[in-house]
Amino acid sequence: MTPRSILKLAALALMAGTTLGAAKAQDIKIGAVLSVTGPASFLGDPEEKTLKMYVEEINAKGGIKGRKIQLITYDDGGDANKARTFATRLVEEDKVVAMVGGTTTGTTMSMGPVFEDAQLPFISLAGAVVIVEPQKKWVFKTPHTDRMACEKIFEDMKKRNLTKIGMISGTDGFGKSMRDECVKVNARFGIEILAEETYGPRDTDMTPQLTNLKGKSGMQAVINPGFGQGPAIVTRNFRQLGLTVPLYQSHGVASKQFIDLAGDAANGVRLPAAALLVADKLPASDPQKPVAQAYAKKFQDATKQPVSTFGGHAYDGLMILVGAIERGGADPKVIRDEIEKTKGFMGTAGIFNMTATDHMGLDLSAFKMLEIKNGDWALAE
Amino acid sequence: MLAQFLQFTMSGLTVGAVYAVVGLGFTIIYNASGVLNFAQGEFVMIGGMVTVFAVAAGVPLPLAILLAIAVAAIVGIGLHRLAIEPARDASPVVLIIITIGGALVLRGIAQLVFDKQLHKLPGFSGDTPVNFLGASILPQALWVLGGTAIMVALVSLFFAKTMIGKAVLATAANRLAAQLVGVNTSVILAISFALSAAIGAIAGILVTPITFTHYEVGTMLALKGFAALVLGGLGNPMGAILGGLLLGLCEQLSAGYISSTYKDAFAFIVMIGVLLVRPSGLLGSKLAERV
Repeated sequence: MTPRSILKLAALALMAGTTLGAAKAQDIKIGAVLSVTGPASFLGDPEEKTLKMYVEEINAKGGIKGRKIQLITYDDGGDANKARTFATRLVEEDKVVAMVGGTTTGTTMSMGPVFEDAQLPFISLAGAVVIVEPQKKWVFKTPHTDRMACEKIFEDMKKRNLTKIGMISGTDGFGKSMRDECVKVNARFGIEILAEETYGPRDTDMTPQLTNLKGKSGMQAVINPGFGQGPAIVTRNFRQLGLTVPLYQSHGVASKQFIDLAGDAANGVRLPAAALLVADKLPASDPQKPVAQAYAKKFQDATKQPVSTFGGHAYDGLMILVGAIERGGADPKVIRDEIEKTKGFMGTAGIFNMTATDHMGLDLSAFKMLEIKNGDWALAE
Repeated sequence: MLAQFLQFTMSGLTVGAVYAVVGLGFTIIYNASGVLNFAQGEFVMIGGMVTVFAVAAGVPLPLAILLAIAVAAIVGIGLHRLAIEPARDASPVVLIIITIGGALVLRGIAQLVFDKQLHKLPGFSGDTPVNFLGASILPQALWVLGGTAIMVALVSLFFAKTMIGKAVLATAANRLAAQLVGVNTSVILAISFALSAAIGAIAGILVTPITFTHYEVGTMLALKGFAALVLGGLGNPMGAILGGLLLGLCEQLSAGYISSTYKDAFAFIVMIGVLLVRPSGLLGSKLAERV
């Protein structure tokens, strides 16, 4: 044998080795396209950490019925076009059986058709109601919808006899979508929206808009659909201008970062959010307490960052998927059917009861009304 | 009515001051080298981020500010030495693309060295608003406006009175001629990058208590600063300042008086209107000789 043919043989053996390695038929491949960087990184970053942390834990315990999970993640940077490209790659090259991801409503909506066409289950981690309404056969989601947030806020306003309100919303996807939902349901709660203002996602001063709201007579409360820096600036400008009516924020700011940024101005702000943020303050009788506490502790220990509800949505999505695979195996069609049959699953966002017509499975009871007191979350009810 | 007008105007001036300083930074480098430096917004980001992290590490605020300015200046020089200088014979378009690349690199580094979260600084003179004729104004807004005014004055003095400033102008006018009369043009270009980076950083530090900072704030600021530059007139430092303030005022006044949804559109309509009447900008020279 010449040295050259030995080399060839070695190369062949190496190639065979790698293909064998890549095949690893035993692994269950799960995809995740997340916005780990970019403007939605504060959502995508804890989501990615959560998925990696729990996949590692499941694999360390022997996987799902002896089969390990192989998690394939891509970072779309918050760009819907990139997200779609990665989704196609997950389907065509990585050949995943299911996907947990889609950090924002925009990326989710652009990826949805890819998974619909490929007939693979897709559990989204984004908020807007449009993801599951109209319903798509293969698309599910774990966070509460923006419509529920509106309903929860209006319910609370009604309880406090606040019926004439102003609204200032971000023009980002989340803010716009929630604004539209609020405008659809306000009449049902007998709440009248006197004035509306908007701001761009990167704006740094909202005093003109708030000055106009302040000038409206009879305004009893203000609601601010939005996420990212906008709501923190709105909250600070709100106090700067000396507005004293109650201010309601959305679940889009349900992270410690909001309180840090808004500082003292955040005190007194109310918002609907998952029980996760107040895990330690829940009454011992609350069935959600152990799940929320366990996740919060694990996340905080592993990342040294305060827990946010966003990572919790990733936990819920992964566990619903794992549950479905445990019950029915790793065939995409079966997984889809099993996800739809998820009943009484206690997640960080609440109790999930999926049905053929409800691909989110949460009801209003999953939301808690929180108030920020002394720079910390407190239960408002 | 007056209170409302004052509130809108102050808001517009504060927002506009940042655009103005970014525009000024563009102008300094453009005048010295003919390069439009699109990494200008990143200097603002570096100023804010370094200060935030230094303060968090226990460095007293004044020291943290000096540190941030120094870091930005060094990054500015580094950008010039490592990215612009090696390609100095390339066409302006290539150089502009290099600066965009530089901005991406700086953003990526910031993401790794710092993090991806939003950060804030406490106001230098507290966060309690001051009442002025019915408008409530944050003391920090006065810091921003005052700081901008001082920076503009110092930069004008620098160009008019100092030898180095004149050397920068000479290099801008004719690099070869400046070299012939003994100006070390390479050093002068490095100085203009450092100066531009330093004033960007100062702007970043001044506004962070109001606007927060983030590894990506530079992107939007570079665009708005560039818009300010075009509006005011490319190459004229006072034009950049005027353009920036006008852009800020347009945005906030139309948010207040017309519609917050279309405020950016109104700002752009004003810009297009000005450029139709005066294609070289408000204070631009009649002929754009350098283009």
